[in-house]
Amino acid sequence: MKKKLNPQTRKSFITYGLLMIVFIAVEILLSTGSISSMMQGLLVPICVYSILAVSLNLTVGILGELSLGQAGFMCVGAYASAIFSNLVKESITQPMIRFTLAILVGGVVAALFGIIIGIPVLRLRGDYLAIVTLAFGEIIKNVFAALYIGYDSAGLHISLKSQGDLGLKPDGKMIINGALGISGTPNDSTFEIAFVILFISVIIIYNFVHSRTGRAVMSIRDNRIAAESVGLNITKYKLITFALTAFLAGVAGTLYSHNFYSLQASKFDYNLSILILVFVVLGGIGNIRGSIIAAAVLTLLPELLRSINNYRMLFYAVILIVMMICTSNETIRSFFIRNFEKLKGLIFKKKSDGAAVKEAE
Amino acid sequence: MKFAKKLMALSLAAVMAGSCLTGCGDSSSKSDGSGSSDGTIVIGGSGPLTGSAAQYGVAVKNAAQLAVDEINKDGGVNGVKFKLVFEDDEADPGDKAVNAYNALKDKGMQIMLGTVTTGSCLAVIDKTKQDNIFQITPSASAQDVIKNDNTFQVCFTDPNQGKASADYIADNNIAKKIAIIYDNSDAYSSGIYNTFKAEAAEKGLDIVTEQSFTKDSKTDFSAQITAAKSAEAELLFLPIYYQEASLILAQCKSADYSPKFFGCDGLDGILSVDNFDKSLAEGVMLLTPFAADASDDATQKFVKAYKEKYNNETPNQFAADAYDGIKIIAKLVEKEGIKADMSASEICDKLKKAISDGFKFDGLTGQGMTWSADGAVSKNPKAVVIKDGNYSAL
Repeated sequence: MKKKLNPQTRKSFITYGLLMIVFIAVEILLSTGSISSMMQGLLVPICVYSILAVSLNLTVGILGELSLGQAGFMCVGAYASAIFSNLVKESITQPMIRFTLAILVGGVVAALFGIIIGIPVLRLRGDYLAIVTLAFGEIIKNVFAALYIGYDSAGLHISLKSQGDLGLKPDGKMIINGALGISGTPNDSTFEIAFVILFISVIIIYNFVHSRTGRAVMSIRDNRIAAESVGLNITKYKLITFALTAFLAGVAGTLYSHNFYSLQASKFDYNLSILILVFVVLGGIGNIRGSIIAAAVLTLLPELLRSINNYRMLFYAVILIVMMICTSNETIRSFFIRNFEKLKGLIFKKKSDGAAVKEAE
Repeated sequence: MKFAKKLMALSLAAVMAGSCLTGCGDSSSKSDGSGSSDGTIVIGGSGPLTGSAAQYGVAVKNAAQLAVDEINKDGGVNGVKFKLVFEDDEADPGDKAVNAYNALKDKGMQIMLGTVTTGSCLAVIDKTKQDNIFQITPSASAQDVIKNDNTFQVCFTDPNQGKASADYIADNNIAKKIAIIYDNSDAYSSGIYNTFKAEAAEKGLDIVTEQSFTKDSKTDFSAQITAAKSAEAELLFLPIYYQEASLILAQCKSADYSPKFFGCDGLDGILSVDNFDKSLAEGVMLLTPFAADASDDATQKFVKAYKEKYNNETPNQFAADAYDGIKIIAKLVEKEGIKADMSASEICDKLKKAISDGFKFDGLTGQGMTWSADGAVSKNPKAVVIKDGNYSAL
């Protein structure tokens, strides 16, 4: 019992444990039916946003570069996988196999986009990089909003003009209908699958951060010149991180697009990118566990505030500001930590103080 | 200082805890639309109450509430009263629309009025299909919205407006030689154009020229106007939005070309364009379901009641659609003898059969409205002409 665990391993296992506890609690609530349909509807989106937040945390927290293109990668993943699922939904009827393939398609296509965009973009740093990623996100959104894809016996038809421009035969079927997006995607996402993917994402990220590559990436963040001087290939490591972020965002997009009947590109605007960044900043930059908690809280909050109707968004904003101040201000933080310890002291009187301090840190 | 911090922390915690509790309290108060015992039918409405499209959602919510209050004041239908619950979907085409829908379900929604915007509507139509809830949307006009058999529209489907326009022009003998200028990059505009063209051919209207533009070239229309002028068109059909139409009107004037102008509900709003010379729009005809200064009793009564209740605001087309929506539901409930303790699914089965089975409705947005089983409304459109800087019924 007293065997010393590596503090990093310990931290990651606490996160895994917490996730498992939440999962089991939700499953119990679901099986007893004591959970409202609104909450049930929120389960998959919470997982999706958590995955987006933890993956963005790789770029923002570990690589130390501000990216505002997360919604764009999510959009690519969502569309790629939805197109795939719509094409094969008659030939592959087994949802597990189809969805696994769709997830891979969504992730890989998004990662490819990540690499293509990353090559020119990662030459920039700081604010410049943020703005260029924002622009790429918008381009992706607008291209998908103007895209018409249909298929018939002659194969796939693609147009950027109009539905009529496709020249589909009467037996043809529309897949993407311009700004109206995709409808009829099979609803394969379930909370269990979404949770497993969130869990895997967290494992991937913890292991990435504590690997040789992860340490190299962090050294680039901390001192680029020093990292370069010991022979690290900056571009390579940056690109790896960026691609991994895009991959996970694409997977999240897949979960998203297979959770709803219709998918429209207008959802993936810069507001969404900024919202994901807010999750990361609120949860603590570089803090994986924090990102998940922030994503869950901020997704739940506007829905829980529905009872106050017209003032809902005002309250949401005020609470957000207060939370940001409270989590960033040292004095307030230490106040919370002190009181948390006191509370802990009351509950676990027998445990040694040293452990409690470490826990709180 | 320390006290202040403690106070702040406490109040924050209190707000959070309070919001959680109230949220849960609301959501656990009703089961999934299995009927209520207190004699009221719960109508759920969903639309944007915050964000950039909020004016549409608020108009729908206000008008729907007005209609519900009127019905309840008269003792309800067959003794059954209505209750409107309205949730904000922020006009979001994804998870927020579904969240709003789920929140409505938690509040015991039995019939759905919504959603206001097309994007949100597409996100929930399959949910209402799955749960078998009768859905009638006041203003989501895309064709895809009504692909399920439980969803119906109060407003015209986009393509239907083209047919109605051609019929109106032909039946009232407004013009024979017609030119069309439309936006081929826009689903709304090209949808109307396609059906207008087909119907015009049937009705013997002569389309002398068809001119198009795209999103990226919508400031200079001189080429299109010259083409229409040299083809000697008597009427310019503009199935487009009012921003572009205002430019076309101005450029026609400078080209010394004065045909009749005819548009659809996209032109509604042309008089409020910034720096637009209202005299240019004099005589423009548009096919919109509702004009606030129409002289018929029903409209005047509605406008008066709406203004009284909501700070003297003039109701728009969305408000009228929503008001009709509630009245349609009320009439159907009366006809079918729906009781408040029926489940949402039971109600849906009855209503969706009833609405397409010889049901007729006279409302603010049309006389003798009927529905086909596919969900599209068929009604006589109201044409409006701009006179003395105001919309007035033709």
